[in-house]
Amino acid sequence: MSYVPHTREEREAMLAAIGVNSLDSLFADIPVSCRLTKLNMPDGLSEQEVYDHLHALSHKNGHTLVSFLGGGFYDHAIPAAVDSLVSRGEFFTAYTPYQPEVAQGTLQAIFEYQSMICRLTGLDAANASMYDGGTALAEAVMMAVNVTGRNTVVLTGGVSPIYRVMIRSYTHNLGINLTELPTPVEGVADRAALGAALNGDVAAVIVQNPSFFGTVDDFSDLAELVHAAGALLIASVYPVSLGILKRPGDMGVDIATGEGQSLGLPLSFGGPYLGFFAVRQDLVRKMPGRVVGATVDRRGKRSFVLTLQAREQHIRREKATSNICTNEALCALRATIYLSLLGKQGLRELAETCVRKAEYAKRRLAQVDGVRIRSRAPTFNEFVIELPIDAGEAVCRLVDRGFAAGFPLGRYYPELANCLLVALTEKRTKAEIDHFATALEVAL
Amino acid sequence: MKRFTEEHEWVKIDGNVATVGITDYAQNTLGDITFVDLPKVGKTVKKGDTLCVVESVKAASDVFAPLGGTVATVNARLSDAPETVNRSPENDGWICTLTGFDAAELESLMTAEQYAAFCKK
Repeated sequence: MSYVPHTREEREAMLAAIGVNSLDSLFADIPVSCRLTKLNMPDGLSEQEVYDHLHALSHKNGHTLVSFLGGGFYDHAIPAAVDSLVSRGEFFTAYTPYQPEVAQGTLQAIFEYQSMICRLTGLDAANASMYDGGTALAEAVMMAVNVTGRNTVVLTGGVSPIYRVMIRSYTHNLGINLTELPTPVEGVADRAALGAALNGDVAAVIVQNPSFFGTVDDFSDLAELVHAAGALLIASVYPVSLGILKRPGDMGVDIATGEGQSLGLPLSFGGPYLGFFAVRQDLVRKMPGRVVGATVDRRGKRSFVLTLQAREQHIRREKATSNICTNEALCALRATIYLSLLGKQGLRELAETCVRKAEYAKRRLAQVDGVRIRSRAPTFNEFVIELPIDAGEAVCRLVDRGFAAGFPLGRYYPELANCLLVALTEKRTKAEIDHFATALEVAL
Repeated sequence: MKRFTEEHEWVKIDGNVATVGITDYAQNTLGDITFVDLPKVGKTVKKGDTLCVVESVKAASDVFAPLGGTVATVNARLSDAPETVNRSPENDGWICTLTGFDAAELESLMTAEQYAAFCKK
């Protein structure tokens, strides 16, 4: 059997079968400006020269900047053991196992991961992981529509605008109505507006904790309201915050999802990241994605299997619970190792450190002339400040001074053009925060 | 009166109540049933609509409504004991009852003799 993926004859046969003349006409829907026709690289370079060229290009990225940038992805420290362990040959594949039961170690690692996600979220069952926080949340939306047989999904303004764009794309052709409610920068989701939006067609209400603006909320009251209306409550959560914040399962949340990047994955434009997904026991069969289960083999020895596969794509085809039937095994493994290294107490201390640094930064930045702290409700590690100038412009000026100052909110909220979302992690020292405040003062 | 579909459901009529399940042939083909996703009471279906899903160790299969109607009751014991469908597919392993059906729709379904012949094909 040949492993050459597509011979010219095969390509021609495939094009003929679908009635297309050439590869170019197959891609006719993609604007020419978006197609890669030629790499902007000189011809005939040696391996070393290519390496040097790409290395120089990569240095244009701001990875040496002192980062106060968050918005869902955070600059946390990664213990060296994470890289060391994931690069073991037994583990080093990014992909889901396709002859799974021969890879007991891989399955055990995924099982441990699922168990940790359950403990972290306070829910009963977790899947083997998804692509990222956004796709996990979009899958939760589809799941809620499927479970309830209803068609409207209510999104609070605290949900990341990036995730909301993804949800709109996912649901665009499915006849699902999205009701998007505003959440004030200063505070928490407006309960009265949420209550008014609930009706017999609402499948789910989607919240985020902390909100995109960094504020912390307890959705227990909302859970009661949502359940009384026969809908599900979905929460997207920042896993590090769960070291001290109330867990979604303890609030009555039905489906919890989130971005797992902060659990031992480096920041990287476009990922690969990690979506986690957990549900209450009675929803487990409607949960998308792969699931590893523990069982005993015929000798009575503990072993692991991929379970509940009958609802998956390769068996249920178009009626599968999801079009995702893969997972991010290597990224999930990083999170598993990271959480094992930290432990319960370590995660708590990490979360407390993030809050303390953020509170110090809030106080310090409030002293800068012209800066106003917009966040009023309690925040976790991130908050909104208002500047006397366009926040995007301030970010550019601070890059020159060695700082990634934060996320300029004007990108998604035109009315908040002067507002900057500032994030703190345990990596930021007091000296860095002080230097940042000084640099901001100079830049304004 | 009991009738059968080509998709291997049975339906039994008692007055204005139609009881629905999957046939012995169906359970035998599916293998060990691990889960019955019972329909919601009050769900309205047309003949041929997906009524619910039955999951076995081999596959997850749709159960199609043999008649149009409204789900009146479901066999709750299948939630805890889905294997009842294997043990007694055409009695204790019933799935749900339908009301408000049109008896005329029964005419296109098979009798026990016709169904037995159909399964041998």
